[in-house]
Amino acid sequence: MNTTIMLFLVQDGITNGAIYALLGLALVLVFAVTRVILIPQGEFVTYGALTYASLASGQLPGTAKLALALGIGAFAFDLFVARKALHGRLILRSFLTNVVLPAIVLALTFYFAAQKPPVAVCIALSLVIVAMIGLYLYRVAFQPLAHTSVLVLLIASVGVHLALQGLGLLFFGAEGQRGPAVLSGSFTAGALRFTGQSLTVYGITIAFIVGLWLFFGLTLYGKALRATAVNRLGARLAGIRTTLSGQIAFLLASVIGALSGIMIVPITTLYYDSGFLIGLKGFVAAIIGGLVSYPLTAVAALFVGIVEAFSSFYASNYKEVIVFMLLIPVLLLRSLAAPAVEEEKD
Amino acid sequence: MSALLSVTDAHVAYGKVEAVRSVSLEVGQNQIVTIVGANGAGKTTLLSAIMGIFPLKGRVAFAGQDLARLDIEDRVAMGLGLVPEHRELFVTMNVEDNLELGAFRIERAKAKASMERIYTLFPRLKERRKQLAGTLSGGEQQMLAMGRALMGEPKLLMLDEPSLGLAPIIVADIFRIVTELRAGGVSVLLVEQNAQAALKIADQAYVMELGEFVLSGKASDIAANERVAASYLGFQHEGASVL
Repeated sequence: MNTTIMLFLVQDGITNGAIYALLGLALVLVFAVTRVILIPQGEFVTYGALTYASLASGQLPGTAKLALALGIGAFAFDLFVARKALHGRLILRSFLTNVVLPAIVLALTFYFAAQKPPVAVCIALSLVIVAMIGLYLYRVAFQPLAHTSVLVLLIASVGVHLALQGLGLLFFGAEGQRGPAVLSGSFTAGALRFTGQSLTVYGITIAFIVGLWLFFGLTLYGKALRATAVNRLGARLAGIRTTLSGQIAFLLASVIGALSGIMIVPITTLYYDSGFLIGLKGFVAAIIGGLVSYPLTAVAALFVGIVEAFSSFYASNYKEVIVFMLLIPVLLLRSLAAPAVEEEKD
Repeated sequence: MSALLSVTDAHVAYGKVEAVRSVSLEVGQNQIVTIVGANGAGKTTLLSAIMGIFPLKGRVAFAGQDLARLDIEDRVAMGLGLVPEHRELFVTMNVEDNLELGAFRIERAKAKASMERIYTLFPRLKERRKQLAGTLSGGEQQMLAMGRALMGEPKLLMLDEPSLGLAPIIVADIFRIVTELRAGGVSVLLVEQNAQAALKIADQAYVMELGEFVLSGKASDIAANERVAASYLGFQHEGASVL
């Protein structure tokens, strides 16, 4: 291998790694705040990507209808919980956020899809649709289980993943899709060629990481999210609703997932089930970060991206195997380094 | 005058084991009420259940409103605060962030003023405001836990074993602050193993044994009770149950 090829592979690895970093950060965030191992993170990627690609090609994506259906489900849950003490204001708020909002977005999507909207509109609509799906999914599938064990939450997570993947097939079909580049054009620096799309990936990843850092460090809601992750009971005693923290975490995770998908889909053809493998690589990074450390997860994600790039060069048939094998020494080291922990009893 | 907190015929169970049985208590406005009793009597369980951490059978009313079906967060919003035995601080966050989050539900301008009040009450916290909560000493952590609860502007603060494991000089400081809270209009429900110190500052007292109240009345009367003195004030061998 010469230096040029090596540089190409590193560049490719960093581009993919940046996306894994975002996904890994979202996984760590959701787990820390809600104890949910977010297997459907990959579906957020697929839904974001394919909603964007569908809109760009002038089709109405089924995800917009799913958002409305889930929203109605979330509203029904709110009504059921509040059945004994119905507060008009709370019910109205729930109706507006869970039913009226997705209905308006569906109407807008319907309107814009018919006229092949510009890229910016496609991105905005895709992000809003997937963000709503994430938010309502938390309400419907995870909030009612919030006080159960990690294992129960994991089983629910697997169930949601399977359901979303099946719906993905229904909405987008078995054919793969590609979307238009967010930023076209390219330039070369030495042997390396940078496309507008790869620069978009770097730019958005860095902006998101800085944005998250500012959100967690400076805003009250960001601090409340951290507080919930550090000590759930302490947060509740301070009046921080764990459901609110869960909603924010899921909202961020779904937006991150959708954004990652939108960044990938102009580079690679994505299928209804492609998100799972992409999400799993973010998961490998998150595990290397112990599901708690954000910086370690980001660094691990870049490492995963680079290992993937090199293994696809040397042994492309085994590239997934090699990437997932990274987990084994990490888990082994962690199990040796960490003291035995009693199984969770709650 | 109606009681600020009124608990009637409360039962709390862990599965089939009843940790608290048929307990009734009242805390009035501007009152310090203490529950004393040996380790394992059910004091912490009762406090946690009043806060909504465990389910409670019976009636709990706060400021005239029934608390049944209200979450912990709703109870906090109503003005009920708990400083739990294990403090439950945000250990990886600094003192200032811990305090700021205590006022999560309060307007920002008010929260700022509250923080200044807390720093006046606990000057040590001001010195340590950029230090991580997990690196504070036990006494400082207790002050921070109290400060965080006070940031939420509670009408009633429930303190669970605030003196546990602390040096006598810090314990004295904490008890002094509890009396200052009463003067400032905050009622206090104090659970303590250090019965002597608790009875000294309290208005009313309940003695708890094996999940039940076995004695209640004015704190001064309880402190003067021979059997209480023998069991809890150290005038007889520890663990004696003569009530």
